[in-house]
Amino acid sequence: MTLLPVLPIIVPLAGAVLCMLTRKSLLLQKIIAMATSFIILLVSILIMLETKDGTIAVMSVGGWKAPFGITLAIDMLSSMMLILVGLLAVGITAYSCQDLDEERMRFGFFPLMLILLMGVNGAFITGDLFNLYVWFEVLLTASFILLALGGERPQLEGSIKYVTLNLLSSALFLAGIGIFYGMAGTLNMAELAHVIQQGERGGLVTMVAVMFIMAFGIKCGMFPLYFWLPASYPTPPAAVTALFSGLLTKVGVYSLIRVFTLIFSTDPEFLHGLILVGASLTMLSGVLAAACQYDMRKILAVHIVSQIGYILMGLGLFTRLALTGAIVYLMHVIIVKTNLFLIAGAVKRIKGTTDLHKLGGLYKERPGLSILFILSAMSLAGIPPLSGFFAKLTLIISGLQVESWWIVVTALGVSLLTLYSMTKIWAYVFWKPAPEPLPDVNPMSQGQWMLFLLPIIGFSVIIVAISVFAGPIFEFADVAAGQLMNPQGYMDAVLGGRQ
Amino acid sequence: MTSIILRTATLYMFPPLILFSVYLLLRGHHYPGGGFVGGLMGGAAFALYSLAFNVAAARKLLRFDPRDIAAVGLAISLLSGLPALFSGEVFLTGTWWKIPLGNGNYFDLGTPFIFDIGVYLVVLGVLLTLVFSLGEEE
Repeated sequence: MTLLPVLPIIVPLAGAVLCMLTRKSLLLQKIIAMATSFIILLVSILIMLETKDGTIAVMSVGGWKAPFGITLAIDMLSSMMLILVGLLAVGITAYSCQDLDEERMRFGFFPLMLILLMGVNGAFITGDLFNLYVWFEVLLTASFILLALGGERPQLEGSIKYVTLNLLSSALFLAGIGIFYGMAGTLNMAELAHVIQQGERGGLVTMVAVMFIMAFGIKCGMFPLYFWLPASYPTPPAAVTALFSGLLTKVGVYSLIRVFTLIFSTDPEFLHGLILVGASLTMLSGVLAAACQYDMRKILAVHIVSQIGYILMGLGLFTRLALTGAIVYLMHVIIVKTNLFLIAGAVKRIKGTTDLHKLGGLYKERPGLSILFILSAMSLAGIPPLSGFFAKLTLIISGLQVESWWIVVTALGVSLLTLYSMTKIWAYVFWKPAPEPLPDVNPMSQGQWMLFLLPIIGFSVIIVAISVFAGPIFEFADVAAGQLMNPQGYMDAVLGGRQ
Repeated sequence: MTSIILRTATLYMFPPLILFSVYLLLRGHHYPGGGFVGGLMGGAAFALYSLAFNVAAARKLLRFDPRDIAAVGLAISLLSGLPALFSGEVFLTGTWWKIPLGNGNYFDLGTPFIFDIGVYLVVLGVLLTLVFSLGEEE
């Protein structure tokens, strides 16, 4: 295949170009964005079919062979992430077609969203460190504008923090890349892994590794570098927040997993130990910060931090089982978290607020929405038999296997506190009677409401499907983790046995 | 701002600036230059014009909406990757056509050059979108 691996980048770019050219007609833009999202999903499924037996799809863009050109390499983890991007693209485009105000659409929401998707896809499939940096810049530039689009005061305040910290993170990342290039003379990840395996470069490698932990740590919201996240994420419209929480922080996590399984796997005692400590503090601080919030969207936003902790825990433990758990957790949390943000958006749409003190009694008014919420919330907390349970169980078992008692205790405690936060939302928003009757600010007909709920129902079906098909999903994740634990396969595929 | 010196100078400066931007674009294939600097240069010419006269005049001179120019540029760059696929090569592989100029001379038209034209238009379009919208604020 000469085209397939690069399609996840080309398709959203072509969609963005078409959306820009048709910016006068919102209807056309909606149709193009929707069609592009479906094609992205289709392409990712085709790629999944190519790679599901463990082959790594490799492509050298422009025919310049590795390590000189830019390599795209798609292993099972990448192809899983691509599928998730496709699902999110379809769901969030459908949601934003109905929820977003006209002004934001006119100012180019759809082209920006597609460019963001291009950046995310690019980051997931690239096999080159500098190219990864470029994709980060692409998606960050798009996200800066998406975050500030609309220009409301809290939005701009959040954007400033977001932009500043992300620029700092990019600078650290770039500095790390520069040192690497001076040291190894290459930025192809497989070649770098090969050079580092040869050894003899101890101190400098560890320093670059710590720089990467900080750079990606800022991007994914790791302790203690997460404070931009609660400040900026709850401010834009629900569709944007859902997109960001589903994809942006996860690109940071993905990069950490990629870099710390492929390149920095020679000194796990120190580096992965560091990540593990970071993971437990991330979990704990995220969940504690969420416990004192009384706004539905803020609780969810702060909770992103604590979920990131679980995925990092899998990476920090650095066994095959732990990585399996991390991969399943990643898949589960992207879907669940996006769905929760969309539900918060729906609450905001009906009642005009997400303040826990003002809301109430939604269970009586909207039983359907309540059931969708409790499904996602319980899944996030890890109540069996929902998707979060299996992922957390795997992580905890692998923690017990390597006898890291403290991380297991932290993970279990945080899980309990997550349940507390989710029950708090449930009790305040849905269960308790409304303090004073809140009229619907946006009356919708039954048909409109069903159409509005369609993406949320879709994601809920996927959540149930993850729980039902936990067996095959774990088998897949296990093979993917096996690929990550044996980087030799990746290196051979990229470098073609030339070493 | 109405400065007769700036206005007169701009009228003389504008054509060489545009010419030089195209020269930079063409030179970029083998020497320092290329679509990015060329586009910046061309954008600077229009930015200068909008400062000397006003944004509306510069828009009129440009004829197209800068956002359209950027979109077309992106499309051109994207399409320049496709010819390679027809000869079974990987996306973005350089492909060349010989265009006869008569007298036994040929012009080598390659996809890298087409890609660069796309870059030129994207940079020009994005730069002018920024400059024009900042200039129209007041």
